Amino acid sequence: MNIHEYQAKALFEKYGVPVPKGAAATTPEEFTTALSQLPDGPTMVKSQIHAGGRGKGTFTDGFKGGVKFCPTKHDAKEIAGKMLGNTLVTIQTGPAGRKVQTIYFTAASDIKKEYYLAILLDRATSRPVIVASTEGGVEIEKVAHDTPEKIHKVFVDPAYGLADFQVRDLIFKLGFGPAEAKNAGKLIRNLYSMFWDTDAAMVEVNPLITTPTGEVLALDGKVSFDDNALFRHPEITALRDLNEEDPKEIEASKHSLSYIALDGNIACLVNGAGLAMSTMDIIKHFGGSPANFLDVGGGASKEQVVAAFKIILGDANVKGIFVNIFGGIMDCNVIAQGIVEAVKEVGLKLPLVVRLEGNNVAAGKATLNQSGLKLVSGDTMADAAQKIVKLVA
Amino acid sequence: MAILITPDTKIMIQGITGEFGARHTKLSLDYGTKVVAGVTPGKGGQFFEHAGHKVPIFNSVADAAKATGATVSAIFVPPPFAGDAILECVDAGLDLAVAITEGIPVKDMVRVKRAMQGAKTRLVGPNCPGLVTPGTGEGSKGGCRIGIAPGYIHKRGHVGVVSRSGTLTYEAVFQLTSKNIGQTTCVGIGGDPVNGTSHLDVIKMFNADPETHGIIMIGEIGGNAEVEAARWVKAHCTKPVAGFIAGATAPAGRRMGHAGAIVGGAEDTAAAKIAVFKECGIEVAVTPSDMADALLRAAKAKGVTLS
Repeated sequence: MNIHEYQAKALFEKYGVPVPKGAAATTPEEFTTALSQLPDGPTMVKSQIHAGGRGKGTFTDGFKGGVKFCPTKHDAKEIAGKMLGNTLVTIQTGPAGRKVQTIYFTAASDIKKEYYLAILLDRATSRPVIVASTEGGVEIEKVAHDTPEKIHKVFVDPAYGLADFQVRDLIFKLGFGPAEAKNAGKLIRNLYSMFWDTDAAMVEVNPLITTPTGEVLALDGKVSFDDNALFRHPEITALRDLNEEDPKEIEASKHSLSYIALDGNIACLVNGAGLAMSTMDIIKHFGGSPANFLDVGGGASKEQVVAAFKIILGDANVKGIFVNIFGGIMDCNVIAQGIVEAVKEVGLKLPLVVRLEGNNVAAGKATLNQSGLKLVSGDTMADAAQKIVKLVA
Repeated sequence: MAILITPDTKIMIQGITGEFGARHTKLSLDYGTKVVAGVTPGKGGQFFEHAGHKVPIFNSVADAAKATGATVSAIFVPPPFAGDAILECVDAGLDLAVAITEGIPVKDMVRVKRAMQGAKTRLVGPNCPGLVTPGTGEGSKGGCRIGIAPGYIHKRGHVGVVSRSGTLTYEAVFQLTSKNIGQTTCVGIGGDPVNGTSHLDVIKMFNADPETHGIIMIGEIGGNAEVEAARWVKAHCTKPVAGFIAGATAPAGRRMGHAGAIVGGAEDTAAAKIAVFKECGIEVAVTPSDMADALLRAAKAKGVTLS
């Protein structure tokens, strides 16, 4: 689960990670109240969406920049008015962009130097890793590619936690001056505590900055959480912003379906994550384009299959449907009955190819054949994929 | 010989009285697997009864192991308690803990894995379908089935299968059995980012197992476990290996069902992994329908008989 920058900054403050003074607003009326909490002078206006590249983004009405520096609070209020309710397109949003529903104002900081700091899981060692660099404010992937020697990593032993010597070592490597070192050390330790306590999946501060007076501040904040651990963090679950999620994905999660919208025209309905991924792949392999990832899980019920059909048909781009089920334990006939009822209930008019294999498959195929529905059977995944690609071409 | 488990392996089920655990315990008993104990704290002394079987239930893994000689546990415990259930197996000194549970917090697994360092117990999973060593009876009955895989699609034979995905494992096994090619052991290592046993661990075991003549390795986007295994195959594996990677069309940064199936950078895409497979002499299945055929091609090239 992702959260907004202003929410991340509130968490930072709670854990003792210094951030510039800031306040959020969701209506033009709130702009004044929010700005009154900030000192007079230069102010940053930041669009709150769950996507990177905001500063270089463009709004659909042509206004440029989702993050703006304003010399005065008066200017900030005017710029915020142009952003709020407007749709911001960045390299990460896709062409549709995201509607800005919250504005975050912060006091502009005097920057001496920018750094990069992140904490995430290192899969190879199964340990948390702190990634830091002297090259802040730019894309870390680019730094890793061009100048890997400027990336420093600290692997944390989960049995002991982050050790003081590791923090000292990192501070020396990043070259913090004496005035900054103590503040930087405290910030790194506190950020790690937050990462660990909240079951965060990733915490990224880019840039982390030093100021001429020796302060160390998190100028930006990007935080995501492990969905599996949300059950023990109700206060974090409450930060979820449904406006940032695809309505079809929200609907799917209500039915315990795993759905991700893509931009193709062949909808997929599959059991199992691996099979669902490779169903998309095989469509592509035979020249088609998948409209979604959809895993109905190991024990798909009739109700789930109906819900799944409704969700995939809610995508206007869909021109055909590929149902690919390997019923290992599940009775294929039960699934077949679910498909027949679902198709009747939603009144399907698009081409449908069904590949059914596994437990009691003969009865399942008979149910499909006797249903009177216009559907095409596929023998193998490859056969079925070729058939649906041909039908929508 | 098969790997990790044989038809004689005695297993226990943690969470045997839960709906999910009970359903699959029955299927394992029907398959002929030696399910000798169940563990549900508070229900010690009761019995799990099914089709003439009477499986004793214990309050703890240690009690179950001591009373029955079970050396392996299948864990069907809900996610908030599953990490603890794994550690209980370690404490009882079991050989193998197989965590079927999906949805265990990553932090719990990070701590569990650290606590298991140097321990005798091996962990397979979590978020996995488990393992099957097929038997010689009808529909491969008489084998050892731990977890949730359909037993009947298997056949006793000489191919080892290792995979992060349940349904793709079944797909591969089904293709093999349809071609009359049997399996030694099929191992689902699970779709989570932190797991107990890697592709490489399993491939080393298959390579050392005289009964295994060929290997199918099924992976997906995210992490570098398949790449690590492929490099080892190139340097050390004497047997034909076929591979498949799911997720070529997955958008970057999105979790594709499995918690671990997410593209983080240029290195963990399907294309990058497939390129490494090819470079390491692994025969790549062009589609999931091609997995058994890919292994046949690899076997033919090495002059190895699979059946």
